[in-house]
Amino acid sequence: MTPVLAIENLSLSIAGVPVVDGINLGVDAGEVMALVGESGCGKSITSAAVMRLLPGAVSQTAGDIRLAGESLSRLSERQMQAMRGRRLSMIFQEPQAALDPLSTIGTQIAESLRQSARAARPAVLHMLDEVGIADPARRIDQYPFELSGGMCQRVVIAAALIARPELLLADEPTTALDVTIQAQILDLLRTLARERGTAVLLITHDVGVVADIADRVAVMYAGRIAEAGPVHSIFAQPRHPYTQLLLASVPRLSDVPKSPLAVIPGRVPTPLEFGPGCRFASRCPRADAQCVAQTPPLRPLGDSDVACWHAA
Amino acid sequence: MIGHIASRLGQALLASFGVLTIVFFIMRLSGDPTLLLVPEGASLEQINQLRHQLGFDRPLPIQFAAYLGDLARLDFGESLVQRAPVLGIVAERIPYTVALASGALLVAIGIGIPAGIVMAVARGTWLERALAGFVLAGQSLPTFWSGILLILLFGVTLGWLPTSGADGIASLIMPSLALGAVGMSTFARMTRIAVLDELSRDYVTAARARGLSRGQAVVGHVLRNAAVPVVTIAALEIGNLLAGAVIVETVFAWPGIGQLAIQSIQSRDFLVVQTVVLFVSLVYVATNLLADLLYALIDPRIRMGA
Ligand SMILES: Nc1ncnc2c1ncn2[C@@H]1O[C@H](COP(=O)(O)OP(=O)(O)OP(=O)(O)O)[C@@H](O)[C@H]1O
Ligand code: SF4
Ligand SMILES: [Mg+2]
Repeated sequence: MTPVLAIENLSLSIAGVPVVDGINLGVDAGEVMALVGESGCGKSITSAAVMRLLPGAVSQTAGDIRLAGESLSRLSERQMQAMRGRRLSMIFQEPQAALDPLSTIGTQIAESLRQSARAARPAVLHMLDEVGIADPARRIDQYPFELSGGMCQRVVIAAALIARPELLLADEPTTALDVTIQAQILDLLRTLARERGTAVLLITHDVGVVADIADRVAVMYAGRIAEAGPVHSIFAQPRHPYTQLLLASVPRLSDVPKSPLAVIPGRVPTPLEFGPGCRFASRCPRADAQCVAQTPPLRPLGDSDVACWHAA
Repeated sequence: MIGHIASRLGQALLASFGVLTIVFFIMRLSGDPTLLLVPEGASLEQINQLRHQLGFDRPLPIQFAAYLGDLARLDFGESLVQRAPVLGIVAERIPYTVALASGALLVAIGIGIPAGIVMAVARGTWLERALAGFVLAGQSLPTFWSGILLILLFGVTLGWLPTSGADGIASLIMPSLALGAVGMSTFARMTRIAVLDELSRDYVTAARARGLSRGQAVVGHVLRNAAVPVVTIAALEIGNLLAGAVIVETVFAWPGIGQLAIQSIQSRDFLVVQTVVLFVSLVYVATNLLADLLYALIDPRIRMGA
């Protein structure tokens, strides 16, 4: 089966410095794939690359991105624009900031359908109901400032899913919300994705979120994939030393850790410090000469793929 | 909203009163117009008699109180120099200044805002650099200098436009350009900053992720958000424009209230100067109120008092 999203050997650089280095990732229909890794490892720019909305400073230097087999990198901007919102869409970390404060939520949701707010009104009302917004007929004409953060995130989700895209990119969709609201929003995403068969790439640095809703997980470290596989296998038997430390540093999954890496000694190298070998070597308890000299390739191991010379 | 406007109106009237008070006393620091009114060779006695007749020998606070009393009855008094009602003298000049200010505002807004938008959207291209040069020129040439250059080029060398005076639309073109140039640059710079600021916001990326082109996102979302700071500038620019009108009307011999103010200051025609000042501050008050209404129109958060 062709995956809905296939990221193939994607490399991104900023001013000639590689920040994302040849990553591979696939997401199937109806599946939630979590992309975890600490701040700055390249999660957000990877999803921006999928949308082809990279910030000006970042450029794609290699690789391809396929949506249901079709190469997005080869599309013209106009063709890509026709895809956005319809076949792939995105939700954001700060729902209030992701909405234009001066337009009604109805108008903004309607844009995904390429229809006027009036023509789209019945569909928008229905969608607001689906994302769990009470009294849609009143809410549709309101402005973002009249809604709570959680409701705004529901609106952003409505705008992202109303055109029934095959792929949804969710960049830390709950980080900015209250803990109680977080669970509701994750639940909603999970349910809608299942019902509609939407493939979801969920970016987070929160291992608790991964355990809650993801089917598979890819662990990113310093611009590369360290380990990827089904959530249950990786949680039961993490094989990459980084994943092991990451999971060991989370006492209980329900604790919702904020910065699990704080307990791993050392710090992530910056792109300028990247050497020829494994990027985790500076912090890895098992690092040896080979690790420093040569990049470990991602190779299948059990149910997962692992990039480590010494993983077994 | 109404309470807000009422309080703004109160503040503005207070400010107008303050300006009027300052002008009243400062002008009188340099003496009174009696000497300019008496015939040459008049005796000191005759001068003192006229001064007494005109009331300029009273203490300043008494003169001020008397003036305010007249104003309260909407009596603007009579010009000592022109021997005619002040209101008529000022009113007859207003249309000229309104025409000039409108022309200048048209130049400032009509060129400045589109230029600012293009500079922001076309950031980093040759188009931005070309416009930036144009804007810099408008901003750095002093009004009297650009006025003289315009006269030399279009009036003297090319002979396309009248060099001075108020004779139809053609004679309005150069003064409007000269007066509007600085405002145009201000609008262009402020619009550029406001649009750039909005372009960097998440909601623009989000709108593009919903499938809007950059242009559609600009037209559909960015411009409206960028309008709020631009309206603020517009309100302030009206004040600068009226100040600039004094220079431009002098350079182009344009018979507006700026020219009238200069003439009246020179002839110590106090009442005319005070009435011009009063008019200008009322225009300023009205513009700021209009800006407040515009904010409410643009931004639902202000309209709904959030
Ligand atoms: N607009 C930008 N301009 C320049 N550099 C950027 C930009 N956005 C991200 N970067 C850089 O790209 C690298 C990856 O950033 P990215 O935002 O993808 O990280 P992230 O994994 O999403 O982190 P976080 O968890 O903090 O969101 C970082 O080194 C960051 O400084
Ligand atoms: S390759 Fe070496 S340094 Fe890298 S994670 Fe494996 S053991 Fe550690
Ligand atoms: Mg990020």
